[in-house]
Amino acid sequence: MALAIAFWLLAAVAVIAALGVVLLRNVFRAALSLILCFLMVAGLYITLSADFLAAVQILVYVGAISVLIILAIMMTREVQRGSPNSRFQIPAAIVAVLFLEVLILTLINTPWQISGTPPTAPTTSALANSLFGEGGYLLPVEIAAVLLLSAILGAIVLAREK
Amino acid sequence: MVIGLQHYLILSAVLFSIGLYGVLAKRNAVIILMCVELMLNAVNITLVAFSRYVVPAMLTGQVFAIFVIVVAAAEVAVGLAIIFAIYRGLEDIDVSKINLLKW
Repeated sequence: MALAIAFWLLAAVAVIAALGVVLLRNVFRAALSLILCFLMVAGLYITLSADFLAAVQILVYVGAISVLIILAIMMTREVQRGSPNSRFQIPAAIVAVLFLEVLILTLINTPWQISGTPPTAPTTSALANSLFGEGGYLLPVEIAAVLLLSAILGAIVLAREK
Repeated sequence: MVIGLQHYLILSAVLFSIGLYGVLAKRNAVIILMCVELMLNAVNITLVAFSRYVVPAMLTGQVFAIFVIVVAAAEVAVGLAIIFAIYRGLEDIDVSKINLLKW
């Protein structure tokens, strides 16, 4: 019961915050709204008993990505110009609503095979085992490290003053 | 009312559609990047929900969500660097005015 209340609260705030990202005129307020949405998603991870992912979500999204986005907003003086809509605003709304409708119809009518097993309770050690352990995802982890390195180098080269 | 897999899937579909609308309808490049992050978060909710309800003992979805977060962080870093570079050249990040590569 407590889980259901938590889910509905988190989901409602997350959807309202996401709407704020696209509807607010002020770019800075849209960024703050996005941070609120990230926090709510972290809470949703906790209701899904994914504790490690919730911590990662707060560290990476709420901590790092939001700071980058706010820095970008302040560097580009976009706060004065606001967040204008393009010519495709109405077609975009129609496309998004149609996409949502198709998605929800598909989701409701698909017979998902729900497993009754209780979830693994502290996920951190289990995740570490499947990431670094025998027969796990060690190669993708290494590739992710190379990807992050090249992304950092690319970002430095692109953003550097000539 | 018991919360099941479908609640999470529908919530993430709603968040994804809001992000899709933002990507299509906004002209500010930073807002577009923010909406892409919103869509990636919606996908992560789906992955974790499938991991919790379909294969609770295996955590495959959570591993995938971690990789999605890694790629999202790299994408934001490179995307904002590109926005900075464009802003230095054009003094504007309105995507309808960034049309140097039109042909």
